[in-house]
Amino acid sequence: MVTAKPSLELVAEVLNGHPRSISRLISRVEARDPECRPALAQIYEHTGRAHLIGITGVPGSGKSTLVRELALAARKTDRTIGIIAIDPSSPFSGGAILGDRIRMNELTGDPGIFIRSMATRGALGGLARASMDAVDLLDAAGFDMILLETVGVGQDEVDIVQAAHTTVVVSAPGLGDDVQAMKAGLLEISDIHVVSKCDRADANKTIIDLKAMLSLGLRMNSTTGWQPPVVRTSAEAKEGIDELLAAIDRHREHLQHSGELAQRRRRTAEMRMLKTAEDILRARFISRDDDIVVDLVERVITRALDPYTAALNLLATLDEGKSDDGGKKRP
Amino acid sequence: MSERNENPQHRDAIIRVLIAKVGLDGHDRGVKIVARCLRDAGMDVIYTGLHRTPEEVVSTAIQEDVDVLGVSLLSGAHMTIFPRLIALLRESDAADILLVGGGVMPDEDVAALKELGVAEILLQDTPPDAIVETVRRVVRARGPRSAH
Repeated sequence: MVTAKPSLELVAEVLNGHPRSISRLISRVEARDPECRPALAQIYEHTGRAHLIGITGVPGSGKSTLVRELALAARKTDRTIGIIAIDPSSPFSGGAILGDRIRMNELTGDPGIFIRSMATRGALGGLARASMDAVDLLDAAGFDMILLETVGVGQDEVDIVQAAHTTVVVSAPGLGDDVQAMKAGLLEISDIHVVSKCDRADANKTIIDLKAMLSLGLRMNSTTGWQPPVVRTSAEAKEGIDELLAAIDRHREHLQHSGELAQRRRRTAEMRMLKTAEDILRARFISRDDDIVVDLVERVITRALDPYTAALNLLATLDEGKSDDGGKKRP
Repeated sequence: MSERNENPQHRDAIIRVLIAKVGLDGHDRGVKIVARCLRDAGMDVIYTGLHRTPEEVVSTAIQEDVDVLGVSLLSGAHMTIFPRLIALLRESDAADILLVGGGVMPDEDVAALKELGVAEILLQDTPPDAIVETVRRVVRARGPRSAH
């Protein structure tokens, strides 16, 4: 029974694509159970094969529907698909309604597709803390293509660009001035633009606005040799999905030939290491059994210390801690 | 935060629940309210919409690694669908996923279903707090699924 098997014993099953073991390890990563870390270290050695595609866009732009259509199209080319769909946690209760699967029901039951819903659990930037570990598990399990659907984003939740090989930004007609709203953050990170719901009459205006915006930036982007295409899709009319899949495949080829893939891998590795270090530090401060955090907060409230100096004091305690307990306070 | 989250080691071990509607039953106002209550109690709630098959629901429960599978059934098919779900969970090596049923059904059916392995049945007059408490109780009784 998988139930309480040690994580290291699940590694071989994950490599064989066993859904129960993949999903159990994702849960342990999500729960930040330190027991699973050696297993994840082994898993990591088997990663690097899958093409990781980030799907992002404002809420209601049609990301989940697009993921479904894209998965169905890619299955016809005999590729297996892993999907990680992220929704926000409530900042008050910490709970979450994960509803992306409602639009992905056609995919359920196909053993070549694995879908996992994740809550952000307080992480900003559009991803969950455990997203990349979950990607590793699906990659090691042999899924050819991994679709990482972010929460509905606003202007600068752009972590996806540091995580994915190919970033698809979805815009939809009728969402008011969303193109304007996106121009500082989202538009710049896109490798491929999708205008969804193109069966709607006002879709052309969205496409024109988007292309106009993009043409302004042509000169700046010309160093990479990749011009982000604008693909119009309609899940309703079953249009544009094959074109999108072709654009994604073209982008992957471009990444390989231009050497940009290596650059992006370096960027992802750096982002993951630094983010994880931040998380470990934060957890270490929170789990301390002395009152140092409370004391420093008190002094910031009374204006005896400014937050920056207090942070330096807090960091200074890490070195002290190491000498007297041998680092036992690690999470 | 639930008591489960007070242990720093498992601070983020949030209870995960799949809420599903199976078969020809088009009433989903109730399950949406239940989903919202569980969310407000700090749980991750996955909802898949109406008209799912038992196979789809069990496959989803496994991929999502939920602690509890909550199935609401108002169609009268409970003596067919719940036993099928229990059998599928067992076949899939997933008997540690707890099945909690909801709906309107006779007392003798409730007893029979519990005998079969349904963890709990919540009838039509169950208040929201009791639903939350039941989910926490069955998960507590099962024990943790971590490896230590």
